[in-house]
Amino acid sequence: MVTDTLRLTGATTGIGETVLCAHCGLPVPEGLVDDAAERQFCCTGCHTAFTILHEHGLDSYYGFAERREAPVRASGRSYEEFDHPAFAQLYVTRTVEGLSRTELYLEGVHCASCVWLVERMPLLQNGVVRAELDVRRSLAVVEWDAETTPLSAIARALDLLGYPPHPYRGVARADMRRREDRAMLVRIGIAGAIAINVMLLALALYSGELNGMESRFTTFFRWMSFAVTVPAFIWPGRVFFTGAWASLRTKSLHMDLPIAIALAAGFVRGAINTVTGEGPIYFDGLALLIFALLVGRFLQQRGQRMAADAAELLHAIAPSTARIVDAGSASEQVRDIPTAALLPGMVLDVRAGETFAADGVVVRGASSVNAALLTGESRPTSVSEGTTVYAGTLNVAAPLRVRVVEAGETSRIAKLLRQVEESARRRAPIVQMANRLAGIFTAVVLVVAVATFAIKTQLNAGAALDDAIALLIVTCPCALALATPLAITVAVGRAAGNGMLIKGGDALELLATPGTLVLDKTGTITEGRTALASWSGPEWVKPLVLALEEGSSHPLADGFRRAWPGLAVPVVEQSRHVVGGGLEGVIDGRVVRIGSPRFVAEGTTRIAPAMTAALDTMDRTLTPVHIAVDGEFVALAGMGDRVRDDALAALQALRARGWRTVMLSGDATDVVAAVGRALDFDAADAIGAASPEDKLAFVEHCKQRGTVVMVGDGVNDAAAIAAAHVGIGVHGGAEACLATADIYLTRPGLTALVELTEGARRTMRVIRRNIGFSIAYNLIGAGMAVIGMLTPLIAAVLMPASSITVVLGSWYGHTFARRLRGGATTTELTA
Amino acid sequence: MSVIFIVLPLAILIVGAAVGAFVWSARNGQMDDLETPAVRMLRDEGR
Repeated sequence: MVTDTLRLTGATTGIGETVLCAHCGLPVPEGLVDDAAERQFCCTGCHTAFTILHEHGLDSYYGFAERREAPVRASGRSYEEFDHPAFAQLYVTRTVEGLSRTELYLEGVHCASCVWLVERMPLLQNGVVRAELDVRRSLAVVEWDAETTPLSAIARALDLLGYPPHPYRGVARADMRRREDRAMLVRIGIAGAIAINVMLLALALYSGELNGMESRFTTFFRWMSFAVTVPAFIWPGRVFFTGAWASLRTKSLHMDLPIAIALAAGFVRGAINTVTGEGPIYFDGLALLIFALLVGRFLQQRGQRMAADAAELLHAIAPSTARIVDAGSASEQVRDIPTAALLPGMVLDVRAGETFAADGVVVRGASSVNAALLTGESRPTSVSEGTTVYAGTLNVAAPLRVRVVEAGETSRIAKLLRQVEESARRRAPIVQMANRLAGIFTAVVLVVAVATFAIKTQLNAGAALDDAIALLIVTCPCALALATPLAITVAVGRAAGNGMLIKGGDALELLATPGTLVLDKTGTITEGRTALASWSGPEWVKPLVLALEEGSSHPLADGFRRAWPGLAVPVVEQSRHVVGGGLEGVIDGRVVRIGSPRFVAEGTTRIAPAMTAALDTMDRTLTPVHIAVDGEFVALAGMGDRVRDDALAALQALRARGWRTVMLSGDATDVVAAVGRALDFDAADAIGAASPEDKLAFVEHCKQRGTVVMVGDGVNDAAAIAAAHVGIGVHGGAEACLATADIYLTRPGLTALVELTEGARRTMRVIRRNIGFSIAYNLIGAGMAVIGMLTPLIAAVLMPASSITVVLGSWYGHTFARRLRGGATTTELTA
Repeated sequence: MSVIFIVLPLAILIVGAAVGAFVWSARNGQMDDLETPAVRMLRDEGR
């Protein structure tokens, strides 16, 4: 869709046909169309990439139906730091063939053509032996001969093709995880195969029992069932016995313990019955139980994995390199080094548009810095000599020299990220609560089973063991264990179809009961980008403003450009940028000043009559921009971040359901207060000028009084999002938000929040119904077993019956609206 | 019907072989990334 609109505005030939770039397929800007050339390119990046592919005979790249549709923006970096010994130590491993091996996170990877192209690296770059791309995670494994080729050369080659590489930390951890995953998959596969085959044998046995099968066949089938089930116990089923053993050793009751006891008791009884040739053998139920339990465990593990993966990515895309200025040498040599090798005292050279690699103090230059990453303040703040700047924030306007004060793990952003990780870990005890409850249940069942066995032995030795086993099997917390995860899995699936990605089931549980809902302002309640919201002034001023703002990279300038597209612009004779103030220029002999009220007032002597009234009526939620021409204040623009259309309705719906809504923002207090008034927030619940640390403290404080839900969209909210009971990242949020949030909303606006809390409430109702059913079932079953009304066979039939009821209940329970995943939703998910 | 004494163990052996193949493929890393190979084979003629 985006490309379509772009095509319309692109350059056109005489016949009115758009000229498309031969590499990326986007329109070529008018000025770049070269009539003499055979092929047209939208930028030099695309041209370079095309030339490389063409020279190496890789033209079939252009045969792909689905291709990268973005201009190649090679960063042109030298990637020297990739050859540094410190880098090799951190990221590079050796293969058995003596090659070097590393994993790189590639920007811009998205489709089949990318896989094809990246995996042709051995043809494009000498020394590369193997390149493999995992398209889902954008991770490329590269193996190369370090004797002949430096890694920086490979990195530059990837960069030229439009895939700027970043080092990927935690290769060792990824390897370990891969081994774990494979072991788990093998266990599930074996357990599944065994379960199916034992069930087939059981089918023969049961139908044979009805039709009077010859006893030699019956015996044979029973022994076969036994033979097939044994491997299920010694391979996939072993995890439960080791788990139970660990729980015994640490003297804590774990779900594994009753499962292990039931499995062991059923197996022993089944084995005895197989040998004696009398009574039920239970093997079918046991094999299926092992399989079902393993699958449940696998799903749960995968959810936890996703969170950790996203956190890894954040580390991977942080700046990996910094330019330091060699002190002492008169010529001021500048060279690249890895961020990991930075030490306090070094002097960094940071150009405009670059991210600071460490915390430090400005020693030369003046510029403005966008610290939205840390503070959430959407307006850049000006810095000059002596100002402290922080790693991760963006230098907007001019080159700076910065003396490093804190680097690496001690920098502010690293500390923030560590808090994020700790907050994520602190959540574990709540999850263990469920296990403890099942543990208590287990203890009771064990005691009752032993008591039944002991008492019955005194009275009638024959049926005692049967009843005890029937009790253990019929009360197996299988349905109870399924009740919660299954209902949540179904709800999470439906929610995903509605554009809500929910990572942890516990989030749904917490969202079901109203508590405190903390919302970030920028990007959550508002649209998150600066736009021209109000304008009072004559028409003739507009071209002057646009002319002056044309060359500026300031976000406010961007707002003007978007507001008046296609306006004819006069030529600027001279212009000057005052950091933290605004712009001054001469157009047609008239002096034009645009900027903050203070800056404009300096050179202004008169005020146009209309402006006095305009100043009074201006919306206080907006950032004022004054415009003066030849010393007269003639126009007033209000730049702001528009409040989302559905915000008020959604907030009122949430309040009606009993939520306390709080707005917490890094923006200036007066702006936050004004937005708060517009949206009916209590005055005390619209809090401005909050640093990430403040937000974290506020969330921690609110947690003492119940459930806290934090809704935000940036790294600055990450700690608060992780610390809150439930963290929600909203559309357009930073990658970091995804790393820590429990829920990510792919739909813009706050209406999704209302649907989410409603869906969560209904999901909890389904879960309660499931739990109630399985407990009632277990109590009745246990009662019948104790008084001897159940044989182990009937118990074994009843056990899956209860699970099936729970499955059906979860599937047909009304939680989130059933909706097919729309095209828009799925593309957003993969984007 | 006595044929079942031969056929059933045979069937179990075949299942065993299938499970063995699965274990081998999983340990060989063929299940690690289920997305890229599908995309890779579209145009895997070498160049």
